[in-house]
Amino acid sequence: MRQAAERALEDAGCTWKDIDALILGKAPDMFEGVVMPELYLSDALGANGKPVLRVHTAGSVGGSTAVVAANYVQSGAFRRVLTVSFEKQSESNATWALSPRMPFVPHVNAGAGGFFAPYMRLYMERYGVPEHIGCLVAVKDRQNALKNPYAHLQIPDISLEMVMQSPMLWEPIRFLESCPSSDGACALVLADEEHASRSPNPPAWILGTSTRADGSMYAGKDNIHPASLIACAKDVYAKAGITDPRRQIDVAELYVPFSWYEPMYLETLGFCGEGEGWKLVESGATALGGDLPINASGGVLSSNPIGASGMLRFGEAALQVRGMAGQHQVEGARLALGHAFGGAHSYYAMWAVSADKP
Amino acid sequence: MSDTPAPVTGIEVPINLQYEFTAGKALTRFLTRIREGRIVGQRCPGCNNVYVPPRGMCAACGIPTEEEVEVVDEGIVESFTVVHIPIPGNPIKPPFVAANILLDGTDMACLHRVSEVDNARVHVGMRVKARWKPREEWDYTFENIAWFRPVEGS
Repeated sequence: MRQAAERALEDAGCTWKDIDALILGKAPDMFEGVVMPELYLSDALGANGKPVLRVHTAGSVGGSTAVVAANYVQSGAFRRVLTVSFEKQSESNATWALSPRMPFVPHVNAGAGGFFAPYMRLYMERYGVPEHIGCLVAVKDRQNALKNPYAHLQIPDISLEMVMQSPMLWEPIRFLESCPSSDGACALVLADEEHASRSPNPPAWILGTSTRADGSMYAGKDNIHPASLIACAKDVYAKAGITDPRRQIDVAELYVPFSWYEPMYLETLGFCGEGEGWKLVESGATALGGDLPINASGGVLSSNPIGASGMLRFGEAALQVRGMAGQHQVEGARLALGHAFGGAHSYYAMWAVSADKP
Repeated sequence: MSDTPAPVTGIEVPINLQYEFTAGKALTRFLTRIREGRIVGQRCPGCNNVYVPPRGMCAACGIPTEEEVEVVDEGIVESFTVVHIPIPGNPIKPPFVAANILLDGTDMACLHRVSEVDNARVHVGMRVKARWKPREEWDYTFENIAWFRPVEGS
């Protein structure tokens, strides 16, 4: 975390002295068994005496933490904030934390994959999607990861055959169609117009941010195209002047912890019609060389420090429009989308960033 | 040097959290009935949807639910997954089927197991019926139903 924070400060040409507040996010405390770590982390980060706020929105927290930080700057309450998020899964077990015995109901809740898998099956059945589509996403993201030195999973000989032959965990999700358990952190410096204009490296300009929350379980909830995500996208597109996402957005970093979420999100976010997302995947449009690269960084499928995963999507989107994404840079990227999701399709956070000052 | 013990880098500290669960009015009613082998839910006065187990409110409409509805122990598999890895702290041996089961007359699926069938034959829309545990084992729990099994001819 400290490394991430220091590198963000260096990139922005700042020191802690220039930072007005610390906005911190991580996944639920039970994931690591350490309660309220933000109380001592401000000290560990070297941010003693700064106002500290922690954001809680399950897996989407990295994204919504960045949105909260952006809101503070937008409000004028703070002029420069450092926002940071993290997870240390090597000393914890998120699947354990997500599989507790609940009172009076059968103990069949088998981690995140166990909850989400039935909805992926519904997606496949509703639209007649071939089984290998999920595997194609898994291969594509791991190939992208090979171009990102920060990606956790580096599988040089990744192939469709390797993914298809990897063991089933929660049908239809195979081992290699799932995210890893990672340690990691992400930090961003968000600044007002005046400070951003003086940044030593080109800044990413935030065109719009949005968050939405919804109930976990209720009658009639569409878990394939969740209403809360449709609303979140509509809001951020309106703020950013996006009317045709497929044409206008150059690159998107979407929170895809299981391969099947890529085609589902392509539809929900309006990149194509319902039932068409898998065809975009199959056509290669979402590959690094395609016309709509998704998760050029390797995505959550290649690194999942849960609390940081959402902010990594936001940060990677920013790196793309700043032209600083290194080997996984999408050439000429001017407008990028960052997206995060959490809970039982309960929380969404998004932002759109641009190379051009609005 | 050889006498120097290896540095301790971590220890396992199991934590046990025991708590009393307050069911509330709606769930108390459900649990009292399920102990008698009956399944009751509640209908939302706003959207008319029936919830089993009832929670005393509808999360879609944001309003309280009071009207009680008794339903049958039969329904369809809305969707499912075959779980191939063990659930931490759970003796069920994988692979097993975890299914979202929509009981007839209800509008939101509940999570339960499907058994007594080859996992490969389970499908979306399959009709299933509750396999109750022996009556003497019934308690205030949805686990009085051991699992759901296919209805003949399904």
